[in-house]
Amino acid sequence: MRRLVLERRSHTPLALTLASPLLAVALTMLSATLIFAVMGHDPLNALYIYFVLPLSDAWGLQEVAVKATPLVLIAIGLAMCYRSNNWNIGAEGQYVAGALAGAAVAIATHGQPNGPWVLPAMLLAGVVGGALYGLIPAVLKTRYRANEILTSLMLVYIAVLLLDWLVRGPWMDPQGFNMPQTVVFEPEATLPLLLEGGRLNLGSLIMLAVVALTTVLVLGTLKGFEITLVGEAPRAARFAGFSEKRLTWLVFAVAGGLAGLAGTLEAAGTVRQLQPEFAVGYGFTAIIVAFLGRLNPVGCLIAGVFLAVTFIGGENAQIMLQLPLDATRVLQGLLLFFVLACDTLLLYRPRLLHNTHA
Amino acid sequence: MSLLEAIILTVITSSTPLLIAAIGVLVVERSGVLNLGVEGMMIMGAAVGVAAAILSGNSAVGVLAAVCAGMALAAVFGALTLGLATNQVATGLALAIFGLGLSGVVGAPFVGMQREGIGPIVLPWLADIPFIGQILFRQDFFVYASFVLVTGVAWFLMRTKAGLVLRACGENAVAAHALGYPVLRIRFLAVLFGGGCAGLAGAYLSLVHTPFWTSGMTAGRGWIALAIVVFASWLPWRAAVGAYLFGGVTILQLHAQSAGVPLPPQLLAAMPYLITIVVLVLIMRLRLKAAVGPASLGVSFVPER
Amino acid sequence: MPNLMAPPAAQEVGRSYGPTAAVPLMQVHQLVKRFGTLVANDHIDLSVAAGEIHALLGENGAGKSTLVKMIYGLLQPDAGQIFWQGQPVALPNPRAARKLGIGIVFQHFSLFDNLSVAENVALALEERVPLASVAEQVAALSRTYGLPLEPKREVWRLSVGERQRVEIVRCLMQDPRLLVLDEPTSVLTPQEVEGLFETLARLRGEGRSVLYISHKLEEIRNLCETATVLRHGCVVARTDPRTESAAGLARMMVGGEVAQVRHQPTCDKDAPVRLAVHGLALASEDPHGTSLVDLSFELRQGEILGIAGVAGNGQDELFAALSGEWLASKAEQVVFDGLPIGRNDINARRRRGAAFVPEERLGHAAAPRLRLSDNALVAGHATNGLVRGGFLQRKHMLGWVDAVTLAFDVRKAGRDPEARALSGGNLQKFVVGREVLRRPKLLVVAQPTWGVDAGATSLIRQALVDLAKEGASVLVISQDLDELFEIADRIAVIFHGRLSEAQPVRGLTREAVGLLMGGSSTPPTPRCAT
Repeated sequence: MRRLVLERRSHTPLALTLASPLLAVALTMLSATLIFAVMGHDPLNALYIYFVLPLSDAWGLQEVAVKATPLVLIAIGLAMCYRSNNWNIGAEGQYVAGALAGAAVAIATHGQPNGPWVLPAMLLAGVVGGALYGLIPAVLKTRYRANEILTSLMLVYIAVLLLDWLVRGPWMDPQGFNMPQTVVFEPEATLPLLLEGGRLNLGSLIMLAVVALTTVLVLGTLKGFEITLVGEAPRAARFAGFSEKRLTWLVFAVAGGLAGLAGTLEAAGTVRQLQPEFAVGYGFTAIIVAFLGRLNPVGCLIAGVFLAVTFIGGENAQIMLQLPLDATRVLQGLLLFFVLACDTLLLYRPRLLHNTHA
Repeated sequence: MSLLEAIILTVITSSTPLLIAAIGVLVVERSGVLNLGVEGMMIMGAAVGVAAAILSGNSAVGVLAAVCAGMALAAVFGALTLGLATNQVATGLALAIFGLGLSGVVGAPFVGMQREGIGPIVLPWLADIPFIGQILFRQDFFVYASFVLVTGVAWFLMRTKAGLVLRACGENAVAAHALGYPVLRIRFLAVLFGGGCAGLAGAYLSLVHTPFWTSGMTAGRGWIALAIVVFASWLPWRAAVGAYLFGGVTILQLHAQSAGVPLPPQLLAAMPYLITIVVLVLIMRLRLKAAVGPASLGVSFVPER
Repeated sequence: MPNLMAPPAAQEVGRSYGPTAAVPLMQVHQLVKRFGTLVANDHIDLSVAAGEIHALLGENGAGKSTLVKMIYGLLQPDAGQIFWQGQPVALPNPRAARKLGIGIVFQHFSLFDNLSVAENVALALEERVPLASVAEQVAALSRTYGLPLEPKREVWRLSVGERQRVEIVRCLMQDPRLLVLDEPTSVLTPQEVEGLFETLARLRGEGRSVLYISHKLEEIRNLCETATVLRHGCVVARTDPRTESAAGLARMMVGGEVAQVRHQPTCDKDAPVRLAVHGLALASEDPHGTSLVDLSFELRQGEILGIAGVAGNGQDELFAALSGEWLASKAEQVVFDGLPIGRNDINARRRRGAAFVPEERLGHAAAPRLRLSDNALVAGHATNGLVRGGFLQRKHMLGWVDAVTLAFDVRKAGRDPEARALSGGNLQKFVVGREVLRRPKLLVVAQPTWGVDAGATSLIRQALVDLAKEGASVLVISQDLDELFEIADRIAVIFHGRLSEAQPVRGLTREAVGLLMGGSSTPPTPRCAT
């Protein structure tokens, strides 16, 4: 009889580090083929609609870029958290909190003569709002040792309920026919489009700038090293004189700020108002993006684009094949499973052993 | 039936799924494994339970299918975290996301289909005792099961050798392995048990609590079950107290809404989640030593061969 | 590698115990074990007779623990055969070994801190015995064999010596014919060692055998009648240690001469005080830790002060207080060159010229999965010019690694491997070297040569001695009395968070230190000819 045994590697070759996520993607696509077949669709056609069609024309590419922007922004922040062993699951709540803060600026200045300062103010408010919301689980963790997974997650439900109350109550558009929604934001409070008649807006440029900036910071500075060290070997981090407490605050604030920025960009760019269904789960999908992206900014960019493609593909499949939207979530969950499983290869060498001894 | 009895009955209804799920989580965590995917397993239990019950016309089949669904997902989790030593936190999150998505696919054809809920089992003469009889002895199978589970797990963990071995795996997996115990196998069995409990809790939601399926009907109960175990310092009877505390808050805020309490309904609905945060903070302040949990919790173990 | 042991004779089936029996109790024939490319055990032959205390000698990394794990069924050999009372046996798991009558006490105990003594013992039993009965048997055994224990106490409350007793009682419950002890005395006081030897003698008197693994040569010569010597995974000698000198055994273990540490203990009372600790009181952050109570000592320039003590008496806390990982309650409790630094963090202390080497090299001194250049950053980012304007200077980091590698003979694969790829001795050389190369004014080092091969050990100790000769002050916290007597000028003993008066090494006996390590409060009379 054979047994699977894991042997620790003494070092991890670079080629394997790059191959692992690709292998995970390949396995996911294989599973997708099986799932489509089981559901009675032509697998190759379904694969095409899911993964290729979104990238096949300019409109599709813009859609992907717009969808990828919040995913990548949130994932970069989450990657910093996970690298340092801070399990921030509440990005969805921080996304909503930032959107609320940004929307507050838009609503407060609605209908008045404004200048070009409104949009930057909104974005700033979004960052600050998200950062403050992200600091709540951080402080609870450092001061009271409360588990950040549970606290950050509970805060998601609370944020969504807060959004619900605001949109149905104090912020409801008086001219909105009693529909639960805010006013539509004025043009000054809206992200400018990059291409006339297209969908691509300033948000995607901001996202690229953030990717470039964080890449340099995470990989080349002492602070970036601190983030990695705290997650790798907390005792060694203490030996290096790094304060685990202050780092926890920093990464939660950055992650919350980026998620809040993403939320404001969505509110000000794509949707241009707030509704109760505003939170669609980017905060959770970003978790997968962060892992698939190997917890670094450039990886998050690539992974974010890939997952955006699956979102668009899922919408297309729903229209063209009547595939339920939930199938996308199933595929995304499977993708994370495969990413984690392939990660094992980086630390261990699997061997099949005979269950005997000489 | 008096108003008080009616309210207590609703508290029991609200707390039972939490208790069943929490007991499962407790056993898993005592063995040293952190499975955050409870929400995914629970909602799959709900979806599969309804689907199987409607397709077969038999509620018992539904319950059985739900338990199996929970265990199947737990097996996937176990294969990854125990067989391949993947990161337990991330794998649990993946399980939650996957389970939520899959439940939507499975439950889609059955949305909103009403069916007769599972009825109560009336214990013959005990049920005639005034007040207590109404509350305790006219309950459905799940409520009785929840108490049997709590008692059984408490006895198992504290009074049997097998329970001692399980606790040892959670305290120090390396030492347990050195003594010759099959740590990974024991943990896997615990994980399956946890999955079965989560599935059972989900079945309760879709077959008794609100006997039909809606997307996302667990509403975070799986996460609250995890919090209950921390609150309970990993002790079974305290988990029962915790489940009733959270269940009570959840149902009471609904009563408050219908009673016209002048607070926004969203604030009342946020109560269970706010209470969870408050409890998590307080419990760490009050019990410094016991609240840390099994020493090997969440740490991957790979035996030397 | 020359195999000096004759192959075993044909097996005869016999069932007699006692030292004159023809059939050995346990025999190992041509046993091989590989881990990847490393051959940990290379065709080992070993034979233990009944009623014998047999030593298994070898330095760290020779393959002793691997061999013993195979005897206990925890690892499976890649080739070779194990015989028990003349019959070939298969040992797929520890249960099988226990059934045969093999018991083992590992160097790293397999105990469950949060469970009681009785529960820990019950876990090692095959059958389901009620806990109360286990507790009774534990009490009885501990009385019989002179190993006092309280069955209901939780293990985390026990001292290291008491924990070892739990391990031994656990084995004795199974009525073993062969008891294997893996480096049992490295964690005991000299008096506890004597107690252990008495217990072993009693076991031998009952006809049981002991396989005694150690690298402590004097003990082996006192205790054992046979010794098998391993080096680099092979058997290189089989001898009667009572007829060999310690130096002869050392030569067999190491395969050559090991450089002796050149050191003359000094006793200079006029040198200026570099580090003064006054009334240091620190509550441990670890719930199972030992708090420091009113700790005071002085360390002069050019001096090596040794802090002896059994593990778990506050060494971790002392190190953390001196390094600045934990801050003292008052700044004046730690004074460095006249400046109160008790509230300064670790990098502030490093900038003043202090350097630190913690006990745990993987996880504390170095991050296992990070490269050596990153690990150079761990200790040196504030002081070694490795960071400019917040940005990492990778060239300088690599240059530092090269410098340490050269100066301390660090053997590694490639220029910048991950820390965990280095062997224990080489990583320790790197970790010590990266501090010593800064020529610090104060070096605080805990367990400098724990689990390190002889060559690296002598290199590290010489480096510490040389550093002190240049005028630096060195504080060595160590469980190894041999080490302290070899390199320290004065020795103090830490016990339950308190420190004894530091005595000059000249004129100090191991017995006196041992008493202090065990908690006796009579200090030996100081004798220091100025």
